[in-house]
This record gives sequence, structure tokens and C-alpha cells, in this order.
Amino acid sequence: MSVAPMSAHEREEIETHEQRALGFWLYLMGDAVIFALLFATYAIMIPGTAGGPTGKQLFELNNAALETALLLVSSMTFGFASLQAKAGNRGAVLLWLAITFVLGVGFVFLEVREFTGMIAKGAGPDRSGFLSAFFTLVGTHGVHVTMGLIWIVVLGAQVALKGLTLPVTSRLQRLGLFWHFLDIAWVGIFSIVYLPGLL
Amino acid sequence: MEHQTPHALRSYLIGFVLAVILSAIPFWLVYTHALPPQRTLLVIGIAAVLQVLVHLRFFLHINFTTTPRENVLALVFTCILLFLMVGGSFWIMFDLHSRMLI
Repeated sequence: MSVAPMSAHEREEIETHEQRALGFWLYLMGDAVIFALLFATYAIMIPGTAGGPTGKQLFELNNAALETALLLVSSMTFGFASLQAKAGNRGAVLLWLAITFVLGVGFVFLEVREFTGMIAKGAGPDRSGFLSAFFTLVGTHGVHVTMGLIWIVVLGAQVALKGLTLPVTSRLQRLGLFWHFLDIAWVGIFSIVYLPGLL
Repeated sequence: MEHQTPHALRSYLIGFVLAVILSAIPFWLVYTHALPPQRTLLVIGIAAVLQVLVHLRFFLHINFTTTPRENVLALVFTCILLFLMVGGSFWIMFDLHSRMLI
């Protein structure tokens, strides 16, 4: 086994990326705290409908199931992109990122359609405490997914233009953490908001 | 590297299949109303916790051997914080609720 000796500069670069991975992980943990408190607020506000519509009247099981499927499949396709990045296949990384992006756009589209439909029915965030909490929680998640989509475009461009260099693959890894984390937050949303709401 | 990739691929596929099963069960229960509401709620809760663990293990690749110690510590610390803040909020709010609305 002959391993090419690593220069001091390379070692330093790898260490920097490891530190960034930890820093990003700490950010995600902070984000988890934000989501958990929004979940707690939502759970407490469920009875606060102020005579307005309840979750049972507003939520659609098929829509939630479709959103769940889109996000879960996109989590897996992002995993495939990470694997191809490790193997060094630039074209395959771009393909899987593109598929992940399309699935994510589908998710955001369904969510925006649900929100606009509810607001058109007079069930906007200003209707009751329950709906304020609902729009804040689910909307915060939707904004995260939208940011993730922008990030996928930016990193896709970097993969296409710069290739799979160490900084680019390290960014790709952090985007992966973010994207998988959003799917975990969604598990909380359908398990706390949609399914109990439709029982 | 050559034999590592199929292993990593298998990890994503196992995670995906488990996540599909753990999503399908609660959705199916709510769709068919096969169980009384209380039991359905319990199954939804258990499936959600299991699915979060599946995501952490197979998608985020958290384990106790290769994941850096700091990351695991941060995760454990966050869980403690969540327990205190969410549990504390529920305790205070439901206690207040039962005291104010007789």
C-alpha cells in the first residue's frame, strides 16, 4: 500500500472542512430546537380554533401522503448524488441533483397550493391561533426546503463549472445533511399535524 | 473504495424501504380508521420515533463508531434541551389550561 504523502497544506484543508462539518451540524441542532418549539406551540394551539375551521376540515390526507413521498424519494436521490460524488462521476452527480431538485419543487408546489387554497377559503394564518401556529410551523419547513432548492442549484452550478474538487464535495456533504434533516422535520410534521388532525 | 460503494448504496436503500414502511403504516391507519383513535395515535407516535432513528442511522449515517464524538455529543445535548423545553412548555401550558378553564 503506497499512500501519497499528504502535504501540510492538504491536511490543513481537510481539517478546515471537518471543522465546517461540525459547525454546520451545530447549526442543524439549533434548527432542530426551533422546529421542536414550533411543534410544541402548534400542539398547544390545536384547540385554539376561535370558532374557525379545524384541521379535520382543512387537511387532505392524499396531499400529505404525496408530499411525504416526494420528500422521502428526494432524500434517497440526494443520497445517490452523494455516492456518485464519492465515486467521482460528475455527470451522475448532476443528474441525481436535478432529480432531487424536481422532486423538491413538486413538494413546494403542493404546499403552496395547499396554503393558497386554505387562504382562499378564509382559513389563513389570521383566522385563529391554531392556524397561525399551523402556517408558522409548516411554512418554516417550506422556507427551509425552498432554501435547500436554491442551494442545490448553486452547488449544481459549482459541480458543473468547478468539478468535484475538495471544497465542492465538502459543500455537497453539508447540503446533504441539510436535505436529510428537512426530511426528518417533515416526519414530525405529518406525524403531529396532518395524521392526528385527520383522526 | 470499490467495495465501499455498494455497501453505502445498500444503506440508503435499506433506509428508504424502512422509511416507506414506517410512513405507510400510520397513513394507512388514518385512511382506513382500522384502530380506535387512541391506539392510532400511539402507533403514529411510535412509527415517527422509529422513522427519525432510521433517517439518522441510514441517511445521516450517525453511529457510535465513525461519527465524530463532538457531533454525537451535540445531538445528545440537543435531545436533552428538547426534552426540557418541549416537556416544560406542555407542563406549564396544560397546567394553566386546567386551572383556568374549569
